[in-house]
Amino acid sequence: MEYNFIHSLIDNTILAIILITLLPLGFVVIYALIAILGELKIASFVQERLGPMRTGWKGTMQPVAEVVKLLQKEDITPDAADKPLFNLAPFLMFAGAFAGFAVIPFSPFFIPANIELGLFYLFAIGSLAVIGLVMGGWASNNKYSLLGAMRSVAQIISYEVPAAMAILTVAMMANSLNLNEISANQSGWFWNWYIFGGPGPIWKIFFIPFTIGIALIYLVSSLAETNRTPFDIPEGESEIVAGYHTEYSGMKFAMFFFAEYANMFIVASIISYLFFGGWNSPFGDFLNYWWMQPIWFILKSFFFVFVAIWLRWTLPRLRVDQLMYMSWKVLLPMSFLCFLVLGIYMMLI
Amino acid sequence: MGEKRKIEIDYSQLDSERMRLNVGPQHPSTHGVLRLEVELDGEIVTDVVPHIGYLHRCFEKHAENMEYPQVVPYIDRMDYISSMNNEWPYIMGIEKLMGIKVPEKVEYLRVIVAELNRIANHQIAIATFGLDAGAFTPLLWLFRDREYILAILEKLSGGRLLYNYFRVGGMANDIYPTFKEEVLDVVKQIRKTMPEILDLLINNKIFIDRTANVGILPADVAINYGCTGPMLRGSGVNYDLRRTEPYSIYDRFDFEVQVGKGEMGTVGDCWDRNIVRYREVLESCKIIEQAVQQMPTEGDIKEAIPKKVRAPKGEIYCKAENPKGELGFYIVSDGKNNPYRIKARATSFNNLSVLPEISKGYMFADLIMILGSIDIVLGEVDR
Repeated sequence: MEYNFIHSLIDNTILAIILITLLPLGFVVIYALIAILGELKIASFVQERLGPMRTGWKGTMQPVAEVVKLLQKEDITPDAADKPLFNLAPFLMFAGAFAGFAVIPFSPFFIPANIELGLFYLFAIGSLAVIGLVMGGWASNNKYSLLGAMRSVAQIISYEVPAAMAILTVAMMANSLNLNEISANQSGWFWNWYIFGGPGPIWKIFFIPFTIGIALIYLVSSLAETNRTPFDIPEGESEIVAGYHTEYSGMKFAMFFFAEYANMFIVASIISYLFFGGWNSPFGDFLNYWWMQPIWFILKSFFFVFVAIWLRWTLPRLRVDQLMYMSWKVLLPMSFLCFLVLGIYMMLI
Repeated sequence: MGEKRKIEIDYSQLDSERMRLNVGPQHPSTHGVLRLEVELDGEIVTDVVPHIGYLHRCFEKHAENMEYPQVVPYIDRMDYISSMNNEWPYIMGIEKLMGIKVPEKVEYLRVIVAELNRIANHQIAIATFGLDAGAFTPLLWLFRDREYILAILEKLSGGRLLYNYFRVGGMANDIYPTFKEEVLDVVKQIRKTMPEILDLLINNKIFIDRTANVGILPADVAINYGCTGPMLRGSGVNYDLRRTEPYSIYDRFDFEVQVGKGEMGTVGDCWDRNIVRYREVLESCKIIEQAVQQMPTEGDIKEAIPKKVRAPKGEIYCKAENPKGELGFYIVSDGKNNPYRIKARATSFNNLSVLPEISKGYMFADLIMILGSIDIVLGEVDR
């Protein structure tokens, strides 16, 4: 089976490799613009206001205007900053976020790199963001940045543990770490999704609470990993101004911003792959054509991006110690329990 | 092997360097131009030193060179969120000095505008407190409701924030024909929308975790530092000038003084101070409804305004219950057109002074919450 339609179109040339790299990049750029607009418009909907209305039809060009504004801004590097680190940090962070797209199957016919350890790779490359954060926070030579970086390292590393447990559970159920295979396992109707226990006998309903639980654990951990409310402590505006990116302006700030949105999409796509059938149609063969599959996947992922935005405008922020408490004393034991129960289930079927 | 050994750790060797962090005067949550010098041990606050004076405008010296009515706009600019309440004790003091008896209608109008402004102030207080906790939406919801109040006050006085509406012996403008209906409508609206904030913010689990048992202010400390208003009542002290020493016509209204009960944590924590403000909004609604019903429609609002405001020789301290606490003006008159000396007992200044006392040992994020729960306005702290 051919996993990459570009290879079958123009063979295995340099051009094909470049195209395969550029396609996700183009997707990320367009997605980021949509997500920014979504953030603005959903915020305004929640807050009973109109949001941006002047740029373009109903303000739809606002993200473009914001990107142009950021590009035009003066790029300030503080005198006391560690310049190489300071300049490298935002790009490293974006590189980490973008590298994750390498293994995300947009459809069974387009996977930039169909490696067997896809999930493992995603998880490993996701940790690159932490290095970017620490570099930015440390190199800024600002106490607020330092506090933000300190908090973010503690937070992201702690939340990787329950997230890893959740991923491991699904990997165990699917017998694979390849996102495409995990997705293919869940084909058919929506009750074959792993949030509903995956394909299995009817008595799997007794285990559905645990699969839903593990999905929620991953959702919460992914919010923390992408620094979204209620876990936006590293950039907690009211306390440490802007956290690790306090000193950044212009394009470099845009890169941080971009990386945050790209990371949001990656975790949203992981959720949709692990628990919600990935590129499968929820209704069996209904609209499950090859051209419809990327649309299903993008719709599902956008829904979880929407959930993150929705939560951001609804919830207050946790405190650092409460965050740690939640990770180590609530999520982790719960994920162990779910892992154990679902392991027993896998032995039974 | 197998023997249990006691491991001694010299904790003094582990003691890390403390970081001095400068918070403000340009900071998102210092509620103005307050500067806090914070000493941090990791995330734990070990010392706080507030530095004030960035908004000092020499109010008291200015007032000595102004005629009595000209001082009122300056008073508006002290606590610019509750200007109507600010003007009242000053005007009341001069009226007492001059022995003016204001008409009934004026008294009722004063109660209505002051209580409306109290609601607006508490709405901002709750909103910015939510913002400190990271919740942005309650801010906009509360500002939406506050807009109705500002619209009424604007129609009355012409200003949305700085009203200059009180006059010695009366008010600047009479009420407009639909005033009573509009006030009752707004009260109804606020009664309907305030519980939304309860759901969205105050009873939210995360918000309770952030505020309960944080910044506990015991009643004795609050009294020693001269804290008043929701700060003092949040600590469980039943002290409200409207009830304990009723001025104007407050003895005619039926309302309850809300005190903190420590429902979510300890008495006197941030959650208590916040819920006292929330409940006072509803109490103010009660007062407004009663005042609108009792208010006489007939009568000249400028009846008792003297031709020339010239207080006789003497001195007076006049205080009133501001939304933030007790606001008092000590006015010394030497019989001339200008006051000889005015000293303001600013609520926010007294309330802020307790911050270093109650914020030590909490985390840095808590410090911001404690500061938010004090509800300061730097215009009043610095004057």
